[in-house]
Amino acid sequence: MIALDSAKPLLWALGGIYVLLVIASLFIAWQQRRWPERNLTELVQRVRSWWIMVAIFSAALLFGATVTLIFLGLVSFLALKEYLSMIPTRRADRRVLFWAYLAIPLQFYWIGIAWYGMFIVFIPVYLFLLLPLRMVLIGETDGFLRAVGTLHWGVMITVFGLSHAAYLIMLPGDADAGGEGASLLLYLVFLTQFNDVAQYVWGKSFGKRPIVPKVSPNKTWAGFLGGVGTTTLLAVLIAPWLTPMDTPAALFSGLLIGVGGFIGDVNMSALKRDLGIKDSGSLIAGHGGILDRVDSLSFTAPLFFHFVRYGFY
Amino acid sequence: MNHPIRWLFFELLVRPLVLLVIGLNVRGHERLPDRGPAILVANHNSHLDTLVMMTLLPSRLLPKLRPVAAADYFLRNPLLAWFATRVIGILPIERGRGTNRDPLAGMVRALERDEILILFPEGSRGEPEQLQAFKKGVAHLVRRKPGVPVVPLYLHGLGKALPKGEALLVPFFCDVFVGEPLVWDSDSRGYMEKLERTMHELAAQGSFPTWH
Repeated sequence: MIALDSAKPLLWALGGIYVLLVIASLFIAWQQRRWPERNLTELVQRVRSWWIMVAIFSAALLFGATVTLIFLGLVSFLALKEYLSMIPTRRADRRVLFWAYLAIPLQFYWIGIAWYGMFIVFIPVYLFLLLPLRMVLIGETDGFLRAVGTLHWGVMITVFGLSHAAYLIMLPGDADAGGEGASLLLYLVFLTQFNDVAQYVWGKSFGKRPIVPKVSPNKTWAGFLGGVGTTTLLAVLIAPWLTPMDTPAALFSGLLIGVGGFIGDVNMSALKRDLGIKDSGSLIAGHGGILDRVDSLSFTAPLFFHFVRYGFY
Repeated sequence: MNHPIRWLFFELLVRPLVLLVIGLNVRGHERLPDRGPAILVANHNSHLDTLVMMTLLPSRLLPKLRPVAAADYFLRNPLLAWFATRVIGILPIERGRGTNRDPLAGMVRALERDEILILFPEGSRGEPEQLQAFKKGVAHLVRRKPGVPVVPLYLHGLGKALPKGEALLVPFFCDVFVGEPLVWDSDSRGYMEKLERTMHELAAQGSFPTWH
């Protein structure tokens, strides 16, 4: 457990998120009473899933760095499993995929012992060299480039990208620094998820002109700009409580998260469109798969992590 | 079939393993039987098929579940035989011709004890992720017990996670599509055609990535 007195901002922030959830639930209940003929099943499901996700994530944060790392490692595992289940793979590569899964506990172990140097090269360098080696030893050359390319791309997104969120909890250098890292992690995850919702709500309310019509016809300029604006505003407002950043830095972080989240989102949309599927899975009721939920985070996490680490630690 | 080791094996090992390492996307869960007698039929690609199907039903039905399996394979040595009959709880059947005894008698008796049979009409696991022709045993069984519901299940992905001849389990999300229970219509051939058609319709519900 984390020390409660040193984690006051974290507790207040978590409290604030629960207030938002209560407001969302009350709003839906009010809509249902006002227009009983409307079918709000998907919205109800989506908010119920938010409750569950927030409950699990906040419990992990409150139990401390180790539990949080295990939890985020599990999220990485589910994301990689979902990715490997939806793309074409080769039977010959079963053992290579197994090695890719094994990279997850190692990557999160490097984080747990705060070995930054290994954390930052392990997947882009060592695993990048090891996976093709393992594949060559099996010897199946038919479809080699596609197999080795798609595998490493997926590991980069679901393990390397997401693990940057996890490394925040070790800042400024270890996990016992009074919940500072946990606050940064919450700041990033909350703003990334808030940005997803904000872009959706702005797009639904005012969206007209599609921004990437070939990839995702439902995403509009209004959704993108409204979302980035709202996220940046919120990023500036809550930065003094959860981060060491001043206003210009918080403003830049907000832009990074707003824009990065959008790119992560459409990146996954492009992949799904290429594969001809709508949702990456069915793990989270009302949301789709776990990749549908963490696609933005896989982009915002490295962007925000390197900015805040370079600038403030 | 109520062995404490069986209960521990399923509740402490198989259920968590299926939940975490595999992960199921189940469609039509409400069509599964909530009591015996019943017959679950599925396509067969992996040793995981039986274990996964057994976790689809609630714990209280575990004592009633009897996977039908080949005696020559599962009873080939004493240790495997103990595991297969005591822990998995299989109902062994003799494969092939040349046995004079009624091959369906054990299954009929099990259904009379209100048990739930798990049957793989393809006969063996075959090539991973490919549907083979069904054998007619199911129709002969249902003809003798026409009131028993037969629930078809299409499984996808378990043959990727643990194909025939492999010992290493590689995690994949897997799909389970449950179809409407089939009723007997007094004609074996028509019944088998209906069963195979249902299975192909269930398979067509999913869009699966290539794997070869």
